[in-house]
Parts: sequence; structure tokens; C-alpha cells
Amino acid sequence: MEHDYDITLTVNGTAVSRRVPARQHLVDFLRDDLELTGSHAGCEHGVCGACTVRVNGEIVRGCLMLAVQANGCRVDTIEGLSDSKELAGLQKAFHERNALQCGFCTPGMLLAAQDLISKPGKPGTVPTREEIRSHISGNFCRCTGYQAIVDAIEEVIHGKG
Amino acid sequence: MKAPAFAYAKPATLAGAFELLANPDAKVLAGGQSLIPSLNMRLSSPELLVDITGLPGLSEIKVLNDRVRVGALVTHSRLEQSPEIRKHVPLLAQAVPHVAHAAIRNRGTIGGSLALADPAAEYPACAVALNATLVISGKGGERRVTAEKFFKGLFETDLKAGELLIAVELPIAARSDRSVFLELTRRHGDYAIIGLAAHNERFAYLGAGDRPVLFSFQKDLQKAKEALKTGLKPPSDLYNSSATKLYLAGVLLERAWNTTTT
Repeated sequence: MEHDYDITLTVNGTAVSRRVPARQHLVDFLRDDLELTGSHAGCEHGVCGACTVRVNGEIVRGCLMLAVQANGCRVDTIEGLSDSKELAGLQKAFHERNALQCGFCTPGMLLAAQDLISKPGKPGTVPTREEIRSHISGNFCRCTGYQAIVDAIEEVIHGKG
Repeated sequence: MKAPAFAYAKPATLAGAFELLANPDAKVLAGGQSLIPSLNMRLSSPELLVDITGLPGLSEIKVLNDRVRVGALVTHSRLEQSPEIRKHVPLLAQAVPHVAHAAIRNRGTIGGSLALADPAAEYPACAVALNATLVISGKGGERRVTAEKFFKGLFETDLKAGELLIAVELPIAARSDRSVFLELTRRHGDYAIIGLAAHNERFAYLGAGDRPVLFSFQKDLQKAKEALKTGLKPPSDLYNSSATKLYLAGVLLERAWNTTTT
């Protein structure tokens, strides 16, 4: 038996109302119901990070949050953050540094990287390579070996992106 | 995989939550960072999820006379950023960055981690090392239980059907207290191969048994190492034998020793 619930949320700045089954997770809702297929469903148990989206300004696993839990929330996906140009510097650096190959992890990786860049760190310091690695440790990339990704993020942090 | 079908309710009061939790096939949903994976993998199939994130008063960090009361719904990220936790409960402050990854720490809660009682998780070991008190609420009222009595086995706690863990009370560290949190993982944020939460003479290991394993070590490292050898029997996992884990437990003991004894 399906149990459906009405939800209203703001996705990439647009108010959206839908009826969703309780068991549907947020990333399936975004992909299947709203056709925002930039966020990817990978492992569906919180390990790979491909489904990373922003809820109320914080990055979360889209597969570990139910769509019904997002009722009343503000959700931002790779589509919205690309359109707003918030990620432009990172996207350019990823492109130039070959920090992606197949691209499956990239939307999640960009959101995790932007989370590090936009949060105030220790005053007067910038994140080290070690801290960059630690912050993207929840995002798997099976193509690049991470080196180029860390390079690209570091470049943006140092204002060269 | 996709989760099986279930119903969902988000009560606005504790009384409303207890009414819903009277259903024996209901499960409590807080941050969902352990429950939702288990639903997605169909290891769990409740009839009803009771989302407690709408309950008032469970999201506060309050500094009381001799202890800090942390509401069950406080997320890992909030703990990580809390000046009160850094100042008064340094052991927990050291442990938080080891909990999973940033995106998971934004939603996972301290109450969820304690109530799940995963023996490889960080907070249960911290709670035991700190001799914390867990505050449990049920239809009949509130009761309190020490961490040592709360953790009863693999994913097993003192929580009775229909009860909710609403807060944990952690003693405020005195100036002379010494805390160390250490864990060994293959990748930052993964489950620990083995870990150690030490507060003064109380050493609680995680990933070393079916619940946090507590030792009380006085000022003799050699004796402590001997006690570990006879007293700790860590279960093997896919990658590490019991003997490896026991050896690593000794490594962590030595690393922690200087900080806790000087």
C-alpha cells in the first residue's frame, strides 16, 4: 500500500507542490518528478555522495532524506547553482584541470567543494590540501584519483579559479 | 535499492509522538542517516515512521551547573560548531569530526546515534567514558540512566518500546581533566577499525565489542597493556582480524596515554 503526502517546498527558487509517497527519497523526487537529473542516485545508502544537494543552505545526502521531510524546505541543486553562477569559478577550474572524466560524481563534488569554500574557516587561514581532501572524503570519484579535483578546488580557494 | 512502503507522521508534541509510537511496527525517524540507508537496503520495514524533528525543546545545548545537556535532535554539525561543547566537553568536540562526512553531519543527530547503539559509533563510547546520563521520556514520565547501563548489546539499549531518548547530559570537564579521542579508519569518516574515547582513567573502546568496552586504567602503562590483552576481544571484520584490532587497540592506548596521565 502506498502512503502519499502533500508537500510544498522551494526548489532552485521556485515554489513546488506535489504529492509524494513517503518512501520516496529526495533525489528520486528531484529526478523523477521535477526532471532535475543533475543530482545522481548512486549507492542509495549514503556512501558515494553523488546525490549531494543543498537543503536550507546545508549540503545533505539526497538519498538519505525523504522527499516528505523536505516539506517547507529550500532545496538547491546543481541546476540552480549553475544558473545562478555561484559555481562558475569551480566549474571553470574543474574543466581546465581535467577534474572530471565521466562526470557522474561531479555535481555532488562541486556542491561539497563549494560548501568548503563558502564557509568561514579559521580566521586568517585558507583550507589546506589535507582539509580539502577531508571535506570531499564523502564523495567518491572513480575516474580522476582526486589529485586534479583537489588542484581545482585549491586554485579557486587561492582566487585563481 | 528503494525503501519498502511505509506511512509517515510528524507529531508536534511529545504526547502525540507517544501515541503514534504505541504502534509496535512504528520506528522513530530523527536525522535518518542510519535509518534511511537501512530502509533503502530493505534491512528494515516499519509500518510507520514517526518523524520527531518537529518536537519542541529537543534541539538545545544548555550549560547547567556541572553538566551540559544536549537535546536529542542536536546535529553533529551543531556540536562541531558549538563553543560550549568545545569548552566544556572536549572529548565530544574531538570525536565529532570523525563522524561520517560533512553532508551526513548536517542531518545526523546525537540522539539518533546514541539510541541506535552501533558499537562502532563514536558517541556511545564518549558517553561511557564520560559517565554521561541519558534522559528518556515515555508515557509514564521521564527517567534517567547512566551510559554504562544504557548500552546493552549490539544495537540494543535500555529504551523500552514506545520510549524516546530526549537528551544526554555530559559532565563539564574540570581544568585538570584530560580527554583524548582517537580512531583508525581506512578513509576519513568511515567506520572505525577501532577507536578510543579516553577521559582521565576511563578508557572506552569503540568497534571492539558488541557495545563500548570500558577499562579503568591507573598510572601504569604496562599493567594497562596487560589488562587490554586479557580483557579485550574485538570482533574481526572483512579486513581486519581480531588480533590486528587488539594490536591497534594497544597502539591507541599508548598514543592516548601521555595526554591522559600528564
